[in-house]
Amino acid sequence: MPRSALGFVLVLPAIALLASDGTQRTAAPTNSSEHLEVPPPPFSDGIFPCSNCHAGMTPDRHRRELTAMHTDIVLKHDEAHRWCLDCHDADNRDVLHLADGERVPFDESYRLCGQCHGEKYRDWRAGVHGRRTGNWNGAKTYLLCVNCHNPHQPRFHALAPKPAPRPPSRVLK
Amino acid sequence: MVSRRLFTKTTAGAAAGMILTACGPKRLYEAPKDKLKARIAEMERKYKEEYAKQINVSGAGPMPGVHFAYALDISRCIGCRRCVYSCVAENNQSRDPQIHWIRVFEMEKEKGVDFSHADPYYNRAEVPDENHFYIPVACQQCENPPCTKVCPTGATWAEKDGIVVIDYDWCIGCRYCMAACPYGARHFNWTQPSIPENEINPNTHYLGNRPRPKGVVEKCTFCIQRARNGRYPACVEVCPVGARKFGNLLDADSEIRYIIEHKRVLVLKEELNTVPRFFYFYAT
Amino acid sequence: MPLETIDSIRLFSGFTRGSLRLILRGNRAYWMWLAFLGVLIASGVLAYSRQVRFGLGLTAMRDQVSWGFYIGNFTFLVGVAAAAVVLVIPAYIYNWKPIREIVIYGELLAISAITMCLMFVLVDIGRPDRFWHLIPPFGFLNFPRSILAWDVMVLNLYFLVNFAVATHILYRAFHGRHYIRKLVVPLVLLSVPMAVGIHTVTAFLYNGLAARPYWNSSILAPQFLASAFCSGPAILLVVLQLLRRFTRFEIQDAAISKIAELMAYAMFLNLFLHGAEVFKEFYSNTQHLLFTRYWYFGVGGHHTLVPYAWSAVALNLIAFALFISPKTRANIITLNIGCLATYAGVYIEKGMGLIIPGLTPDTLGEIYEYYPTVTELRVAAGIFAVGFLLFTLMLKVAVPISLGEFMGKKESAAAEHGELAHAAR
Repeated sequence: MPRSALGFVLVLPAIALLASDGTQRTAAPTNSSEHLEVPPPPFSDGIFPCSNCHAGMTPDRHRRELTAMHTDIVLKHDEAHRWCLDCHDADNRDVLHLADGERVPFDESYRLCGQCHGEKYRDWRAGVHGRRTGNWNGAKTYLLCVNCHNPHQPRFHALAPKPAPRPPSRVLK
Repeated sequence: MVSRRLFTKTTAGAAAGMILTACGPKRLYEAPKDKLKARIAEMERKYKEEYAKQINVSGAGPMPGVHFAYALDISRCIGCRRCVYSCVAENNQSRDPQIHWIRVFEMEKEKGVDFSHADPYYNRAEVPDENHFYIPVACQQCENPPCTKVCPTGATWAEKDGIVVIDYDWCIGCRYCMAACPYGARHFNWTQPSIPENEINPNTHYLGNRPRPKGVVEKCTFCIQRARNGRYPACVEVCPVGARKFGNLLDADSEIRYIIEHKRVLVLKEELNTVPRFFYFYAT
Repeated sequence: MPLETIDSIRLFSGFTRGSLRLILRGNRAYWMWLAFLGVLIASGVLAYSRQVRFGLGLTAMRDQVSWGFYIGNFTFLVGVAAAAVVLVIPAYIYNWKPIREIVIYGELLAISAITMCLMFVLVDIGRPDRFWHLIPPFGFLNFPRSILAWDVMVLNLYFLVNFAVATHILYRAFHGRHYIRKLVVPLVLLSVPMAVGIHTVTAFLYNGLAARPYWNSSILAPQFLASAFCSGPAILLVVLQLLRRFTRFEIQDAAISKIAELMAYAMFLNLFLHGAEVFKEFYSNTQHLLFTRYWYFGVGGHHTLVPYAWSAVALNLIAFALFISPKTRANIITLNIGCLATYAGVYIEKGMGLIIPGLTPDTLGEIYEYYPTVTELRVAAGIFAVGFLLFTLMLKVAVPISLGEFMGKKESAAAEHGELAHAAR
């Protein structure tokens, strides 16, 4: 932890220098070792830690449709090219893994999403993508990608809109 | 020839008028700090009588070095209208007759941003509709506001932090500002506004969401009661898709500046030179 | 108290008592007219008190069309008030004697019209109890930025000028004395640019709003003046003919014909400017055409105003045709038809025909079709009745004075055959 904190401290003045230069504006710091405060990942009840079940199992790396368990998960996220173990680590189900194999915990899942969705990740770090609560001039919260997007079916469902306004009428009330 | 008696009577009358003017109510714009405090205390007292509950009226002034701006992502807005109703609840808008400070317009993707083919009364089972996109409109808090220059009594003005405000106790209800606003952002209390007792938001600001009387104009104030306390406006917090962004234009690190510098940004009716501080952008 | 003050008070009370006697004396037609006006006023007062209690929601105005019948009438009546100047120009500037005697009636009309204007503004604002917010030093007048502040000032100033001149001339005549030339002539000459001024400022009220493309057109001010200069004298012509019929009041046919001729030129200018507007909108064919199209043809199934638009055009054309030809000017029937047509045509196109298309469709494209409610009609009728009542009562006093029939006791012996006609020159 202290090493990454040091790295963070060193990075900040560098950014300040660059920013004041005026020629190059950096966005929010994208130092991947910085850990962000996020709400806990929205696991379904009892599903985590995965190792409760998977510690004793042998990983089956063959790409297939699951029939024994997790049948409630229907993958609609580049399902033509990807399947479970492209994101979930085969040997340790309590973590995810990046494309180069680096393991990331579930509360840093944004790093995984950001590998493919780089623009959205960059915008999210700047606070421009997705919902934010907090203070405009102070502490703000980050939400995990998965707090809004179901990682297996990320596309939002349509919502029922709230009622339309009343059109103006000659009778006021 | 004017008699001595006539002269004394006239002068005495004029003097009385001057004294009354000096002590009498004036517009809040020029109220010095102590007078303002007294006026606000008076407001709270009157509200307690009328609504039988404690309504807090904040007298918070503009923060230095702050100029508010708003950005709305029209590639994300789904037209769910949750912003409209959270605004109604937060800002004590009349329920009957109905006043909405935010109006969401459904437009055709083929036609683009075109108000002559826009519909604020859409009533679908689900939104978004795949052939349409949605643009919510409220006060644009212009830097060159056409509404403030036409007010004959000076009851509306732009504060230092960019919010255009209305003094509800000074407005005479002539509605010239409503004719002047190009965005339909101003709304009039055509009769006594009514809010159910249990839905009144007691945290108010003297220039913002405090309950308004009949016969005056009102509009969005960027939730001045929240913004001057560092909080996001209610619509920003409630938007389920995160389409709404708010912040300080003068802060180089704010989300607003990021959006202006990195995204395709547009304003409504730019040719009218109102210089709105409400930006619409496409995040994708 | 000095002797002169006592004398002044005695003379003034004599004038007041005498005026009261004049006002309370009249034939059946007079009393029926007063009764009719009284009914309208009572109805207006009742309707307005309802409006004060409930709020402006009793009108048909809503956020989308936030100005309506009241402001339309206000705009029209400012034009009528400005039209008194149509008489002043030939009378004083061109020194055309036949009109000199009737300038005073133009000023009385202006006084009545301005009174109605102020009343229409009062009934239109949401908080009439806060009217004093406009009056410095009690309130704050956003002068010079707000054109409405300009309007408040110039309308009241114009009212004062006309009031001062009219009362001065009449009161001096009541005493068989000549008015003070040095005082009156400059004020009367001042009233010419003032009349142009009040209507230009009223036009600028609309003209300056970039949000309303229908109004945001440079020719609005000249067009207001042109339509004012035909509509105002129309009323005056009818009144003068009535005076000639029912009192010993004399007015030359030449004067009436001249006024009608001037009205014809004004109407031509009005039609020309309208035509120019129509050309610009239809030929350029931008999105702004929508408002003009709504007025003349309706938009998307909304046609409420279309009959009014074409009636106004027809009435204006008829009026122009009738007034441009000396023959129809001379004929009493066609003359009066022309007067009515002018009044009605300009009333429609400047009242509803200006306000509603300017606000429909609204700034965000919505169409709410406005037409006045019964409350608005009652209040407006009441205000018109007040104006007509004021004008009637002022004429009831002014005509006998100018005929030399109503004078202060001392002077009545000296003034025999309308010596005042000479005095008023």
